[in-house]
Amino acid sequence: MPDSTSKTPQTPKSFQAIILALQNYWAAKGCAVLQPYDMEVGAGTFHPATTLRSLGTQPWAAAYVQPSRRPTDGRYGENPNRLQHYYQYQVLIKPSPPDLQALYLGSLEAIGINMDLHDIRFVEDDWESPTLGAWGLGWEVWCDGMEVSQFTYFQQVGGHDCHPVSGELTYGLERLAMYVLGVDHVMDMPFNDPDALIPLTYADVFKQTEEEFARWNFDTANTDVLLRQFEEAEAHCKAILDQPFDDPKTGKRIIMAHPAYDQCIKASHMFNLLDARGVISVTERQAYIGRVRALAKICADAFVQTRAGGWSEDAA
Amino acid sequence: MPDLLIELFSEEIPARMQRRAAEDLQKLVTNGLVEAGLTYAHAAAFSTPRRLTLALEGMLAASPAVTEERKGPKADAPEKAIEGFLRGTGLTRDQLEERETPKGSILFAKIEKPGRPAADIVAEVLEQTIRNFPWPKSMRWGAGALKWVRPLHAILALITTEEGAEVVPLNVDGITAGNTTFGHRFLAPDAITVTGFEDYAAKLSKAFVVLNPADRAETIWNDATNLAFAQGLEVVEDQALLAEVSGLVEYPVTLMGTIADDFLDLPPEVLQTSMREHQKFFSVKNPKTGRIEKFITVANRTTADNGATILAGNEKVLSARLADAKFFWENDLRVAKSDMNTWVQALENVTFHNKLGTQAELIERMAVLARELAPMVGADPDEAETAARLAKADLSSEMVYEFPDLQGLMGSYYARAAGHSDAVAHAAKEHYAPLGPSDDVPTAPVSVAVALAEKIDKLTGFWAIDEKPTGSKDPFALRRAALGVIRTLVENDINLAIERTLWSSEARITESIGDLYNMREEAAQKRFEDETDLKISEVQNPMDEALANVTVTTDIPMPRHEVVSFLHDRLKVYLKDQGVRHDIIDACIAMEGNDDLTLLVKRAKALSETLSTDDGENLIQGFKRANNILTQAEEADGVEYSYGADVKYAETDEERALFAALDTAEAQITPAMQTQDFTTAMAAMATLRGPIDAFFEAVQVNSDNGTVRRNRLNLLSRIRQICISVADLTKIEG
Repeated sequence: MPDSTSKTPQTPKSFQAIILALQNYWAAKGCAVLQPYDMEVGAGTFHPATTLRSLGTQPWAAAYVQPSRRPTDGRYGENPNRLQHYYQYQVLIKPSPPDLQALYLGSLEAIGINMDLHDIRFVEDDWESPTLGAWGLGWEVWCDGMEVSQFTYFQQVGGHDCHPVSGELTYGLERLAMYVLGVDHVMDMPFNDPDALIPLTYADVFKQTEEEFARWNFDTANTDVLLRQFEEAEAHCKAILDQPFDDPKTGKRIIMAHPAYDQCIKASHMFNLLDARGVISVTERQAYIGRVRALAKICADAFVQTRAGGWSEDAA
Repeated sequence: MPDLLIELFSEEIPARMQRRAAEDLQKLVTNGLVEAGLTYAHAAAFSTPRRLTLALEGMLAASPAVTEERKGPKADAPEKAIEGFLRGTGLTRDQLEERETPKGSILFAKIEKPGRPAADIVAEVLEQTIRNFPWPKSMRWGAGALKWVRPLHAILALITTEEGAEVVPLNVDGITAGNTTFGHRFLAPDAITVTGFEDYAAKLSKAFVVLNPADRAETIWNDATNLAFAQGLEVVEDQALLAEVSGLVEYPVTLMGTIADDFLDLPPEVLQTSMREHQKFFSVKNPKTGRIEKFITVANRTTADNGATILAGNEKVLSARLADAKFFWENDLRVAKSDMNTWVQALENVTFHNKLGTQAELIERMAVLARELAPMVGADPDEAETAARLAKADLSSEMVYEFPDLQGLMGSYYARAAGHSDAVAHAAKEHYAPLGPSDDVPTAPVSVAVALAEKIDKLTGFWAIDEKPTGSKDPFALRRAALGVIRTLVENDINLAIERTLWSSEARITESIGDLYNMREEAAQKRFEDETDLKISEVQNPMDEALANVTVTTDIPMPRHEVVSFLHDRLKVYLKDQGVRHDIIDACIAMEGNDDLTLLVKRAKALSETLSTDDGENLIQGFKRANNILTQAEEADGVEYSYGADVKYAETDEERALFAALDTAEAQITPAMQTQDFTTAMAAMATLRGPIDAFFEAVQVNSDNGTVRRNRLNLLSRIRQICISVADLTKIEG
């Protein structure tokens, strides 16, 4: 395990070694290392550990890998760096610490990027998620001209101003690992140690699923079913939040922000699938995005009424 | 006198904002200081990705003391009033001065406002500046409430005198001003303590920070051109990119890399755009082949391996990017060669404007118009129509989806690959031109036909749906389209009665969106209802009392009329830039055939030239005199003197000379006007100046002899008629 303060990082040999190095690094920096959210999402930001936890006043520090799905990016596993399923590494710290840039640079060293030989740059890139009603300012981080991370100070999520502000770091793991490992095609990347008894490449793990999902995403997914599921999720989300704050059974205040948000995530993924099937026109697109945003908004509204969202009996 | 040094040290400021931010810092701080009485001799502002710096020289050490006099109540005013005045001024009764005035004895207070030390004023002004800084976008961070473009980490604020340096006492939301800064993020990250601007600049320079963006740009450009020159190559100039890259580095190190052979056959514009947009690389061209073979990247540091790792990384990223571009290019070529119409069909699903239909409908309209325009601009109608149909096909291509800036240009490549003529291929690129006032207009006839068709359709269309430019708002760039039409016609010397073409364009728009006349009528009704709060259907009697005070225009101007006026307005701006006065243009617009813009320009320029001569200027005076006398006489007599004057009633030589001169001039002007030779016509008109002046000198128009008077008035009428056949000189001012 590389020591984060070391100036002579070891070079990892596999995709998973890079993930493990990031896990260890952020754990050492005090983040709670969470596990992926168990639903289909388009990006690590959708994990409630980011979306909902960036709201309210409670301090937060979490890091996790999030498998992410972007159906329209599927290329049957043939494109050297486009996948419909990939991994993001996500760090969210609230309030953003003053040395977040330095912490971030330390994580690059931890995965074997020698700061003395590479050219790291912070290039303006403002982040906006129309589906989450969220925006922030920050950069894309370049290493020798390649974008290796997104670095964002959240200003608004679900229509709520972020107070305090969270600092969010997102690493595109495949791209970053390919760079560190010097691999040109994602499918050629060693997934585990190439010297292991059973060495596996990224292709061994994901080539077949990329093919299967590309076919399904583009040509086979039943659009009637998807559309119905979108609408069901939308209705369900609203219905959950229509329930009173106080649970009649336990007599406790239990606002179901997370269950409702699950439905928001589901609707968002159904929209992405419909989009990949090419059945959403340019004008309809905006309307769908607006519908998902409306769900994200009511979930955010609900979350800030919960204890984790900063609500307290005394203040209320 | 003291100097002042301010540095605001933050996380990376977007490159595009740095320059303006340095200017704003200078402006806000210096304005604030001067307002508080703190003047200075010289100011300079600098920026790097992580800092804004302001240095002032020769600042006052303190603001000057000011004495203010305030008038109070009368000396015998009630005690309470005097007490109030004392409280307000902070003085005691014996410090007040009693002064006799016509209104009695009045109390005056002299309030001495002592000067304030510079440090206090700077602290105040700088805090205000930081809190109200005009960033295009700003943000909060951590748990704080302060806003800056990115987290602000440190404030350096130092007043330096011969005795030493003094830190300005300032704390903004927990950031205390000090005398330290930091060097380059990687090469010299430690804190640096400074004593003044010179020390600061020198220490930063040693800490791998080039403070002045102009110096960084110069270094980059010199190094880049030297690197290229050494290999017999040249860097493609790109000022915007140079400015941006200078804002991405504190310590520029220029490196030249190679584009892999696989990609050298991509169109040079594709290479250049991909490298600039995605990687911020400069293109390096081989002047012998014209091909782009290498690139320049600018790193923010030196390394032990002289940039080898950095360059290898950049080359690799570029290869991945260009592999995408090559993939698009090859796919697009395959589609183009099989059938470009599949792209046009795909545009049936792409909206041009939600009220004006799809791109496919736009193309259909353009095709009809381009065909109609072809004979008038010297193009083959079939070719013009084909060109119009294909001009926007590339909007469906993958390359243009990825790089919207390459629209048109890619269309040219693809049309040529599909076996179309050069004329058709060029039109794809050139029909967007001119893109700005200094951009070239298309000259090839087919390109001209398609360019005009596109712009005329745009003007008619947006006027039809009432989306015209207002004030500074022109979201659809209609002013640019109008200027494009004007310049394309005028610079190619094309005579086109544009109202006819606009009328035809209206018919095309009607096919797309419905009956324009009805729509206009509805719009007029709506305007009426909005302005009167009445429903048209409820208005029974047009003499209704409710309508007594209503002055609503119920005219229903069609787009073609409004567009012609708009073109005239733009033409005035266009000609004004060329030194032609607006009244001269009005004089020409008042003439028949004013929708032929080329004719209009020629007439206006000829008139402008004529009026700039001595003869021309005086002719106007003569013309006006003739016109005034004539108009007054016609009004008084209630007749129009246009029966023709007869030389046999002439009494003086001057009169006879004028008859002769008018005959001569007319003989020249009439044929000249028929061939639109305005210069000859106006030169002939200007020759009338002498005879007209002489006539007025010697002859009294209002003779007692009625016949002679009538004849003279008819003679004046001939002057007016001849002059007005050239331009409506009554519109000329002065």
